[in-house]
Amino acid sequence: MEGLISLAVKAVFIENLALSFFLGMCTFLAVSKKISTAMGLGISVMVVQALTVPANNLILTKLLAPGALAWAGFPDVDLTFLGLISYIGVIAALVQILEMVLDKYFPPLYNALGVYLPLITVNCAIMGGSLFMVERGYNFAESATYGLSSGFGWALAITAMAGVREKLKYSDIPDGLQGLGITFITAGLMAMAFMSFSGVKL
Amino acid sequence: MAQTYRSQLIDPLVDNNPITLQVLGICSALAVTSSMQVAFVMALAVTLVTGFSSMFISMLRNQIPSSIRIIVQMVIIASLVILVDQVLKAYAYEISKTLSVFVGLIITNCIVMGRAEAFAMKNPPIASFIDGVGNGLGYGLLLMVVSVIRELFGSGSLWGITILKTVNNGGWYVPNGLLLLPPSAFFVIGLIIWAVRTWKPEQVEEREYKIQTVEGH
Repeated sequence: MEGLISLAVKAVFIENLALSFFLGMCTFLAVSKKISTAMGLGISVMVVQALTVPANNLILTKLLAPGALAWAGFPDVDLTFLGLISYIGVIAALVQILEMVLDKYFPPLYNALGVYLPLITVNCAIMGGSLFMVERGYNFAESATYGLSSGFGWALAITAMAGVREKLKYSDIPDGLQGLGITFITAGLMAMAFMSFSGVKL
Repeated sequence: MAQTYRSQLIDPLVDNNPITLQVLGICSALAVTSSMQVAFVMALAVTLVTGFSSMFISMLRNQIPSSIRIIVQMVIIASLVILVDQVLKAYAYEISKTLSVFVGLIITNCIVMGRAEAFAMKNPPIASFIDGVGNGLGYGLLLMVVSVIRELFGSGSLWGITILKTVNNGGWYVPNGLLLLPPSAFFVIGLIIWAVRTWKPEQVEEREYKIQTVEGH
């Protein structure tokens, strides 16, 4: 249990997906103009991340890893090279299913998040979460924790960014730096602030 | 026709650069630029994947039903990325370890999807291939510029060869450690965007609010 809590804290602050690995940057920079939309997107990412990382973990351990197909009578088969294509398939399918479920049972939530869901399929944070899970060899409980907390970390970062940008739009920025340029530099400053967590060990 | 191919190849380098103007493919641009070698391999991989995925998607464009086009595009891109990943693991294992998840993340690199969706679905294969390569090169160019700055001033070397001898090795150059850390990539790209937009003023974004001067003070 302690291990899981420390993993969660690490995923939220120290190894924040957006600010220390730069994952999901395209959406991070494009959809962080208003706090409300940023929060909507952040929550959708968190939900999708919490579902896909454990799902991909199951796919890896039950189907793809060397010897994982022993239950089907193929103990020598190693399908790890199919990893990338399976993960993206799982992500695309889960996002589609989530969209349909929300549409059917929770229409208000669907209306709020609907536009962001298709965007999430191509959000590198989601794919990155799954790939980190594979690279670090998390087990099922760890990957569930990691999915939820890394999604939360991303949501936190984009909401904070939107807060800064909402204030920033009234300031007098040099012409060439307007828009994208100043957003990059703001994100850099935020990443430096998040780096101060890096000494924290739990 | 030759002229348009040429402009398709050259345009994305500065005038319509995928990173500084289209805001595509930023994730990996930031993470892999701390050394030139790694950045070069990444740029090469992305250029190849973008070029070939655009070409294949464009060949299939009349067969793909529009309701499932994203999945079809994903499958094509993912297959190409698996190919790149396996080749890297076989012939450049060290670099593939440093790139870690970022090779896999080419799948979700928005440049690849963006060009497939915006160009390859409407144009013939050769034009799409050139458009893909051009955008890959535009991405690669920025990647190389950023990595030259970061490697030269961060560790005093270029392509792993020492240029500025650092103090630790008995030289005179005190390396700027900040440039090896992730946040510096943001600053460098931000400043490059500033420079490009000062050079090409038509790329400047409009202000959302006019700043008014109050008279009588």
